[in-house]
Amino acid sequence: MAVFRNITIGQYVPGDSLVHRLDPRTKILVTLFLVVGLFFIDSFSGYGIAAVLIGLAIATSTISPRFIFRGLRPVIAIVILTFVLNSFMTEGDPIWQLGFLVLTKEGLFRGSMLALRLILLIVGTSVLTLTTSPIALTDGLESLLKPGKKIGVPAHELAMMMTIALRFIPTLLEEAEKIMKAQMARGADFESGNLIQRAKSLLPLLVPLFVSAFRRADELAIAMEARCYRGGEGRTKMNLLLFRPADYLILSGSGLLIIYLAWAF
Amino acid sequence: MSIEIRDLTHIYNAGTPFAQDALKNINLTIEDGEIIAIIGHTGSGKSTLVQHFNGLLRPTKGTVRIDGVDLSQKGVSLRDVRRKVGLVFQYPEHQLFEETVWEDVAFGPRNAGITGEELEDRVRRALKSVDLDEGFADRSPFELSGGEKRRVAIAGVLAMEPSVIVLDEPTAGLDPRSREDLLGQILRLHKERALTVVFVSHNMAEVAKIAKRLVVMENGGIAMEGSPEKIFVDSEKLQGIGLGVPDMTLLMQRLRERGWSLPASVLTIEAAEAAILEALASKETGAKSSGAGKGSSKGVYK
Amino acid sequence: MGQRSFIEVEKVSYSYPKGQGQEEAALTEVDLTIAEGEFVAVLGHNGSGKSTLAKHLNGLLLPSVGDVWIADMNTHEEENFWKIRQMVGMVFQNPDNQIVATTVEEDVAFGPENLGLKQHVIRERVDEALGIVGMSEYAKAAPHNLSGGQKQRVAIAGVIAMRPKCLVLDEPTAMLDPIGRQEVLDTVQMLNETEGITVILITHFMDEAVRAKRVVVMDEGRIVLQGPPADVFQKMELLRKLRLDVPPIVELAARLRSRLREFPGDLLTVDEMVTALCQLRSGI
Repeated sequence: MAVFRNITIGQYVPGDSLVHRLDPRTKILVTLFLVVGLFFIDSFSGYGIAAVLIGLAIATSTISPRFIFRGLRPVIAIVILTFVLNSFMTEGDPIWQLGFLVLTKEGLFRGSMLALRLILLIVGTSVLTLTTSPIALTDGLESLLKPGKKIGVPAHELAMMMTIALRFIPTLLEEAEKIMKAQMARGADFESGNLIQRAKSLLPLLVPLFVSAFRRADELAIAMEARCYRGGEGRTKMNLLLFRPADYLILSGSGLLIIYLAWAF
Repeated sequence: MSIEIRDLTHIYNAGTPFAQDALKNINLTIEDGEIIAIIGHTGSGKSTLVQHFNGLLRPTKGTVRIDGVDLSQKGVSLRDVRRKVGLVFQYPEHQLFEETVWEDVAFGPRNAGITGEELEDRVRRALKSVDLDEGFADRSPFELSGGEKRRVAIAGVLAMEPSVIVLDEPTAGLDPRSREDLLGQILRLHKERALTVVFVSHNMAEVAKIAKRLVVMENGGIAMEGSPEKIFVDSEKLQGIGLGVPDMTLLMQRLRERGWSLPASVLTIEAAEAAILEALASKETGAKSSGAGKGSSKGVYK
Repeated sequence: MGQRSFIEVEKVSYSYPKGQGQEEAALTEVDLTIAEGEFVAVLGHNGSGKSTLAKHLNGLLLPSVGDVWIADMNTHEEENFWKIRQMVGMVFQNPDNQIVATTVEEDVAFGPENLGLKQHVIRERVDEALGIVGMSEYAKAAPHNLSGGQKQRVAIAGVIAMRPKCLVLDEPTAMLDPIGRQEVLDTVQMLNETEGITVILITHFMDEAVRAKRVVVMDEGRIVLQGPPADVFQKMELLRKLRLDVPPIVELAARLRSRLREFPGDLLTVDEMVTALCQLRSGI
């Protein structure tokens, strides 16, 4: 499906930069700090500083900014919508009027703030996924969630589910494309008709896709069992996560910075 | 119905950093009533090529004409084209979705607006042409064997009564029994209904059995084209492309390398046997007339 | 090891539940012994019971009647489960549905990780296994970008990283093109010859069975024929009745033998045929 191929957001780009080499846990936590921080900041200067920091991270990661901004394309409509809605819907000083639509100063301010926040959120989190392999990401999550095991958080199972999902997404997309074409070759029409007709026309695509997903799941389960998989108990890992001085430094530094930003701006 | 491909180039993801040449400058004409095989290994472009035959893929450059009509012209209904050029994908059983075999086979003709008795007739005929009797009609396609499922899927395309049927590796993954049955059914369709058959495969022995003309693809281009006899003579080139040659062809080649004089166009076991016996016989008469050779007195024949 | 052979399948019958209390027999009184280091091919159509038999060899299925012994361990006994699965590795037909992880090396590590091995041991075994199947340069690649043959080699590496004594391959080449088939078969043969791993290759391709030391032919849940490939392929009538095709060279050899004096009947490959014919010709 060509639609899915154009989404570069979250696609891992292998590399050997400082950002790439950071422990995934560091990157996950820093991203978390950023997300929380962005919700507390509400001034342009605060966003400015956040933008500079994200820019710094991108620069160190050696990933081309163009690649990152292309990733923004699919969500640009949402950003614009947020901006426009907020600009016109917020009450305050009117600067421009078209019929019942009133553009206010406060609205403009609020709209641009929200749009900025959205952009920073997306770019910031994509730095995480762009520089961290899916494996490292799941390993990091599993390790971070491990303490939660005592209160019933299934850390290993969640991580395993994520791994398998990531592994099979490309396979299933490819399969969906193939089935779609095969049904089109039999005259199926996925594009016209009203909502109900269109929903109905998806059946020839969805039924085989589900059947195939179940078959794959079944076979995968047998293959995993044959390779002695019996849950997380007693399992070891080839790649151990290791905090190095750089991780401690960046983690504590960014933590403090975000707290300061949220408090000061 | 003829298919005419001129200067066809296809680039996946054109204009992005992921752009990939899938087909380069292909020229190919498939005549009405022909049975032709397209061979090549995975990634050679054969599946991409056949998806141009019914407009599922559009050429990046070049034209595809069906009976002289350019598919990229305005006003050409691709749904009509797809009805005339039936395409059976690889592992087509994965596209079954209806509750009964009958309903699934009826999906194609229904999309073409066919109803009532005509629909009944078509489904019945399609099932019959792949040797599935009426008893199958009400069964769920999901409880059939692998070979049966595949035949239902092929019937689903046949029920649209296309004049060309394109099959992408129709025997992949089947056991020898089902493979043989399916090849028989395809040949029968070709003969009885004058159906034009385009057969995509990487199995040389199979191709030698059914196709009259072969197109060998490599890296998105046509590397060789001609009758099986002509193509298999160049077994070295085929092996270089990574395609095997039938054992009999390979045997003849090896023997010729060791000084045997054998005809080039041997494809079957029967032909190989005859050729070998003849070569031995001529050697024997040669040996007798010159009076040389110590084994000649007792002879090699029973 | 005790008195038993490495693998012993003893009067094994197995039925699949078919719903409504009904059962369908998949194996009927199967007896089979396999010595350590052997290369055995199991031939038969879909539904002949060959895959069911394969799944008995590492305890994925347990006999309804009879016993399966692997290195003196009965698969019925639960405490043997994981030892047996480590000892008998399995590779399946669809390469896509047996690769778990998102990179090649992580997938090969999956088995050793399940065994609870130490980190550096896992690393060593992964590197070694990838080296053996010739996939080292793809260690960091994503599985969905590999060819079918490469994926199957990764699956094989994932199994041998667990250091099994035996490798059971259930139609590993059914979905591959000629290059992929060749890659996988060469790898399997090499594992048998140089690493001494016992190989059980389930297939419906006759020309693959030619590589084995012994061929077992199955039909309707029973073993109907077994022996060295040359002997098994002589039974052409039976094979035809089962609608298993005979390798073309074998058939040509049989035809030539009926016409020629002193022509050997046990030829399996093109090379053997060339040698035999040239010998005959130089005798004229």
